[in-house]
Amino acid sequence: MSIMELNGGSVIAMVGKDCVAIASDLRLGNQALSISSNFQKIFPVTDRIYIGLPGLASDVATLRERFRLRVNMYTIKEERELEPETFAHLVSSTLYEKRFSPYFVEPVVAGLSKLPTSTPESPKFKPFICGTDLIGCLNFAKDFIVCGTASEKLFGVAEGLWEPDLEPEDLFETISQTLLNAVDRDAFSGWGAVVHVLTPDKVITRTLRGRMD
Amino acid sequence: MATASVYKGSGFDFSNHVRNEFLGSRGVKLPKATSTGTTIVGCLFKDGIVLGADTRATEGPIVADKNCEKIHFISESIRCCGAGTAADTEFTTAMISSSIELHALSTGRKPRVVTAMTMLKQYLFRYQGHVGAALVLGGVDSTGAHLFTVAPHGSTDKLPYVTMGSGSLAAMAVFESQWRPNLERDEATKLVAAAISAGIFNDLGSGSNVDVCVITKDKTDMIRGFELPNERGRKERKYTFERGTTDFHVNSERIRRLVAEESITPFESPEAMDTT
Repeated sequence: MSIMELNGGSVIAMVGKDCVAIASDLRLGNQALSISSNFQKIFPVTDRIYIGLPGLASDVATLRERFRLRVNMYTIKEERELEPETFAHLVSSTLYEKRFSPYFVEPVVAGLSKLPTSTPESPKFKPFICGTDLIGCLNFAKDFIVCGTASEKLFGVAEGLWEPDLEPEDLFETISQTLLNAVDRDAFSGWGAVVHVLTPDKVITRTLRGRMD
Repeated sequence: MATASVYKGSGFDFSNHVRNEFLGSRGVKLPKATSTGTTIVGCLFKDGIVLGADTRATEGPIVADKNCEKIHFISESIRCCGAGTAADTEFTTAMISSSIELHALSTGRKPRVVTAMTMLKQYLFRYQGHVGAALVLGGVDSTGAHLFTVAPHGSTDKLPYVTMGSGSLAAMAVFESQWRPNLERDEATKLVAAAISAGIFNDLGSGSNVDVCVITKDKTDMIRGFELPNERGRKERKYTFERGTTDFHVNSERIRRLVAEESITPFESPEAMDTT
């Protein structure tokens, strides 16, 4: 048994046109026994950054709090809001610190980063997603990032369904169908799903109807 | 100003070690870190150094990243290709790059390739091979052009042409048959690209594109995607779903508006401002 299969769960993030989406399943298990169908794996970091943490549930809880501490310290010291690129490196160095005794989590970051040309009157944003392995090796992708027990299936479906410049509503359909169909072929993920679509002016969160087996 | 210390000192933290060993002893398999089962090369030419790398990152049998960057920045005229555990190559080169910059600042001289090489080998030797970084280090300094390989345990070689990673045998075959002293810049870049291509097409751990970096006395050219022999064809059809396909709990939908309220007050005329 792999440590990722102890609690199960998967996360996916996708880039759209001036928007990003991040989605996860809602299962928490103890190996093959499902414990909860409402286990949150995606957490808001700032208004425009979300992080998905698939892996060992105790490390999900630990890291969530560690990131909260470090993000708050950054925001207080720097007196400005954290950008997704900066947060990605924060995640990476937090994980690499434990290079020889890692957390069993493979984080996915999705956010909208403020462009240098952006002004308070007319804010401009660029979609940003990235993933890391369990010791913090960053993977900046221009299309999608997948992680968790269903990652192999997610890779296949996402590679087939994703296309560039999807509008928020189309991106929602693509990421939802990708996730739902991949986790249906994974015994350790599923039991409902949640999708967040980040656009410059709003964040849409939807809970999907999925198979409960 | 006194600030509460929340950051720990530098160095690795082993605080999960006991737990992870326990899980390991219970027969739990630990997940694989991303590795760059790579082809990386470097060769000397008339005016300097050419470095080359493929762009595939793997996690076991899965291609984790199809276009990753393996030629890392050390200083303006020193670069380093990394193979092995991807996080280790990334962090080791970043740390040495930082030390080199500080060294250059404190000595007031341009950094030398041997300095970077010595820092790398001493760091890697200290970790006895547990930091899994296999490197090709190249650059030009006041003493000329230098090319090294640094193995994960800390041993180094100084050679006119070098290859590392899982595709090193394929790439070395190209160098052994075609490299000669005093190559022209174009010839050297073509040779490096051919060596990387040999890795891309004959080694399963290497793939995608060819990155090349040409370092001469007064200029460094980093060329991302020097050759793109594996570009994905365009999809013939669109595979988007009709809006409304996905069934979601309508009353669970939460929309968080980030622009709470907006009011625009236009100026009457530029003279409206009283500056007296």
